[in-house]
Amino acid sequence: MNIAVCVKEVPSGTSHKRLDPATNRLDRSGDSELNPFDLHALEEAVQIREGGADVGEIVAVCMGPASAQRALQKALALGADRAVLVSDDSLAGSDIAGTAHVLAAVVAKQDADLVILGQQAADADCYVMAAAVADYLERPVVTQVADLTVEGSGIRAKRQTEHGYDVIEAPLPAVVSVSDAINTPRLPSIKAIMGAKKKPLETLSAADAGVDSGRVGESGAQSIVRSVAPPAAKSAGVTIEDSGGDSAPQVVEILAGKGLL
Amino acid sequence: MPGLLVYVDHDEGELSPQSLGVLAKAASLGGEVTAFVAGSGVDDSWAGSLGGHGAAKVLLADDPALEGGLSQPIVDAIEASAREADAVLFGAGVVSADVAAGLAARIGAGIACESTEIALADGGVVATRPALGDTVMVESGFRGTGIVLARANAFPVNESPSGTAPVERVAVEVKPWSQAARPAGREAAEAAGVDITEAEILVAVGRGMGGPENVPLVEELAKAIGGEVAATRAVVDAGWVPYAMQVGQTGKTVSPKLYIACGVSGAIQHKVGMANAGTIVAINKDPNAPIHEFADVSVIGDALTIVPKLTEALRSR
Ligand SMILES: Cc1cc2nc3c(=O)[nH]c(=O)nc-3n(C[C@H](O)[C@H](O)[C@H](O)COP(=O)(O)OP(=O)(O)OC[C@H]3O[C@@H](n4cnc5c(N)ncnc54)[C@H](O)[C@@H]3O)c2cc1C
Repeated sequence: MNIAVCVKEVPSGTSHKRLDPATNRLDRSGDSELNPFDLHALEEAVQIREGGADVGEIVAVCMGPASAQRALQKALALGADRAVLVSDDSLAGSDIAGTAHVLAAVVAKQDADLVILGQQAADADCYVMAAAVADYLERPVVTQVADLTVEGSGIRAKRQTEHGYDVIEAPLPAVVSVSDAINTPRLPSIKAIMGAKKKPLETLSAADAGVDSGRVGESGAQSIVRSVAPPAAKSAGVTIEDSGGDSAPQVVEILAGKGLL
Repeated sequence: MPGLLVYVDHDEGELSPQSLGVLAKAASLGGEVTAFVAGSGVDDSWAGSLGGHGAAKVLLADDPALEGGLSQPIVDAIEASAREADAVLFGAGVVSADVAAGLAARIGAGIACESTEIALADGGVVATRPALGDTVMVESGFRGTGIVLARANAFPVNESPSGTAPVERVAVEVKPWSQAARPAGREAAEAAGVDITEAEILVAVGRGMGGPENVPLVEELAKAIGGEVAATRAVVDAGWVPYAMQVGQTGKTVSPKLYIACGVSGAIQHKVGMANAGTIVAINKDPNAPIHEFADVSVIGDALTIVPKLTEALRSR
């Protein structure tokens, strides 16, 4: 069995996320990192292998700017055997369906039985990519999986909806997105980081990837940003820097002052 | 007036309040709105009751393949009707989002997620969402059919529905691969000791509390302040506490007078369940955590140290 993990490069949590006023797209000039939710997808692939399943290879797949190579280096350090980056100026500004089309096109060429994605992208806060990729691939999908077992030629997945937990079974090949509680991602060892540099990282153009150019980029995007505005102003809260628990009396005082105790 | 189609999700005979909220919102825009329901052995009069929530007409896809409530057969069922609509609107929900996403890929449509406002402009639908940790409002329009997925609790349900709508059954053809995933059971939710939606004070445990062994620290604080314990999905999924204690999009919506979040990042899907709390206290060591953007009192520091100190300070009052 082979596993493909779809990953994304996002602005890092500590750098300020903003939209570029000229393009209304995410400003990618700051620091970027591997989408934290994707760490769980990579970890799950590695744990499936370590759990004794016959995993041939784990390939990390990404669509993004050239800088996304760094995110893929991290994916390699975390256990992917090789990585594929689709990077092409014509892809910038792709919408969700366009991005899913690109990921599906690349995944389709990887001979992957199981495709794993993170629960959502940290920058867009959308949780729709797995189901969109699955539709392009015409494969079964289970999203938000909190517990995953690979059994023979199929998967058994537990996931939470508004009604509690459902168990869903699907034959391979299949697509899943995993909850950020499915596992605890490991930190890459120095050896793994060094080893990652020797693993194959292939960069494809949109044409190499077999992308339908009408569906991608700014011109192929079917959703268009019309305007960007500040949200309704809200009163700023009180911030207290704690040291060793010394904030407790002050918090109690504030709560008492509000008549909450 | 553009043609609006609203997908209405349901589970065990209960219509999704998230879908009904979006249906009411769509109807308020002034035109005739069509609702779409998919299921197996669906009663016409039940589907017709959507008229009370704003539907002028209901399209009903009724087929044994739609029995399990999984998203992919529903994409097959809604595809033809969606292609004729100018916009297809979805309430928040795990299945609804999967249908919306599959449909966007299927018909190559644009999709606007986390929408908190839906309006008509320039002959089409526009959707607005808070983005980038809710620091900007982004308004999007569409080329071709637009798909709008609402944020949880963004649109209120019509609480006094009356009237019915005519129901039209549509032909359904479900692809073999769409039926490959099969439901294999539902885990019965553990009986909850307390109903957190009734609590005046909630103390929430998030993953920042380190592990299930530290949940008692939060329980002690809850006891000292006269509240109950709530939780994030991350700790429920990880098995620290039962699902009945979860706050958020797939958990409970609460509005206590005080909500103390311990080691909670403040993800959107958690925020939608507790943003209406009277006072929000966040204890989180990361000054950049999203919860500090909307907390009334932000304590930056180690919750493992602060929570017991807070308990102590409350007890010695
Ligand atoms: C479709 C969907 C539905 C969802 N539904 C829900 C839902 O209903 N409810 C819900 O809660 N989530 C839901 N989620 C998940 C949500 O996106 C987040 O993953 C989840 O809320 C994170 O939980 P958390 O805050 O406990 O964990 P994390 O996001 O991991 O946050 C932990 C926080 O603790 C802080 N921290 C770490 N150590 C310490 C310490 N010693 N002291 C103080 N702070 C510390 C960290 O800085 C961090 O901010 C849903 C997601 C999706 C995609």
